[in-house]
Amino acid sequence: MGFLGGVVALAKGFATTFQFAFQKKPTIAYPTVKMQHAPRFHGLHELRRYADGKERCIGCELCAIACPANAITVIGAENAPDDRRSPGERYAARYEIDELRCIFCGLCEEACPTDAIVLTPRFEMSDYRRGSFIYSKDRLLVPPEAGVGTAPDERPGGIPSDLGAVIQQKSTVDIEAGYGATHRGEILKTERTGLAG
Amino acid sequence: MDVLSAAPWWLIALIKSAIVLFVVVTTFAYSMLFERKIMAWMQLRPGPNRTGPWGMLQPAADAVKMLFKEDLTPNTADPLMYKLAPFISLVCAMGAFAVIPFSESSAGLWGVGDVNAGILVIFAITSIGVYGISLAGWSSGSKFPLLGSVRSTAQMISYELAMTMSVIGVLIIAGTTSLAGIVHAQNRVWFILPQIVGFIIYIITAVAETNRAPFDLVEAESELVGGFHTEYSGLRFGLFFIAEYLNMITVACIATLLFLGGWNAPLGLTFVPGIVWFVLKAGLFIFMYIWLRTTLPRLRYDRLMNFGWKVLLPVATLNLLITAAVVAVTG
Repeated sequence: MGFLGGVVALAKGFATTFQFAFQKKPTIAYPTVKMQHAPRFHGLHELRRYADGKERCIGCELCAIACPANAITVIGAENAPDDRRSPGERYAARYEIDELRCIFCGLCEEACPTDAIVLTPRFEMSDYRRGSFIYSKDRLLVPPEAGVGTAPDERPGGIPSDLGAVIQQKSTVDIEAGYGATHRGEILKTERTGLAG
Repeated sequence: MDVLSAAPWWLIALIKSAIVLFVVVTTFAYSMLFERKIMAWMQLRPGPNRTGPWGMLQPAADAVKMLFKEDLTPNTADPLMYKLAPFISLVCAMGAFAVIPFSESSAGLWGVGDVNAGILVIFAITSIGVYGISLAGWSSGSKFPLLGSVRSTAQMISYELAMTMSVIGVLIIAGTTSLAGIVHAQNRVWFILPQIVGFIIYIITAVAETNRAPFDLVEAESELVGGFHTEYSGLRFGLFFIAEYLNMITVACIATLLFLGGWNAPLGLTFVPGIVWFVLKAGLFIFMYIWLRTTLPRLRYDRLMNFGWKVLLPVATLNLLITAAVVAVTG
């Protein structure tokens, strides 16, 4: 070691930092560039429908019971004979999820006997008021004209591109397909055209 | 030319000072951005890139931020000294640029003043700058700043000795203390070759003089929470910040003038203007400072003192003696 060893050690250190300056940076410039998600990423929920437009949810509250964060409130009601919301006897008169409490574990999805509640890949839900994070049926339920919603197993995955441009980092998943697969992606595409454009 | 020669000397000096100040402060702003960018790249980050292209407006954003922050004064502080200290630092840091020649043309030197003992003036002014740091720490009236200023005083005294010693070798060879004269003496060969030992000692001590990593014990964030400027906020902190960077630019300029041939072109590339060479050489130094900061961890204080007194000072003295002997023998 000694003096010469010290000089060599210093030179090595300087060479290391110099090399690092030219390496590719792992940073992703988030709002403009987005990372690809796993196909079955746990994001915002949606309530699916059957092909005939009936709600899948039968108001059984199993999701609310399964929820470890107590984020789900379900109040069921009897289907009226002349206005059947769901194929079963009951439907969810109210269905609310507090997304601030939700830990996105996906247990509601697993507990649901009719595959009504599913988690979509959408994760950007920031808002200015706490109240806005309580999602009720008007925002959770797939609107009739938007189709039935997709079960996680059928979803190709990816990320909804409703905020700015999406640049694919790795082309392992088809973003467009994943986007179209959730009705929320479609809604937001129309709602936030200003940002998407 | 006629207009220039007709103007009173003080007007010319005023205009020159304004230009130099503007250039120097702009250089400060962008050397700060340069440092943040280089450091970021070496740490695998992109660095500031939100304000303007490549973050080019970041200095302006920082300046605005500093302006609008609250200016705090601790109850225990000595108000007059506490408020005066940043100005001492800044004025001394800026004062050094009054005698630095940046280039030369047929009309004369590019600089505010051509002082025949320029190098001495610079050392004198920058030495007074230490008062800014010492008084800041002492007048803050709390523990960490005091520790910082005590360290600063000790460090400055230790390293300024070796620094001056390393510079005297150059002065002996050049036979002048005028900065322009020293540059002219390097027309054929730059002093980095005959004074390589002096050069190495100079760059090491210059890092210590400007309180930069790895010799930044004066403001060591991890142990002294910023050292002498712990209590400062807002614009007054900004002034210290400016002073530190200006000092860095000053020592880079001095190193360029004394060891790297100033505005002399290397390899006979004289078609490039001298000012470009000067800026390139000084920029190289600033880059080296940044590189140093990203690479080396902070020294322990006793090792800093040992290194200064037991290695740098003896080697610098030896270098000075040998230089003097060689010059005396060869004439």
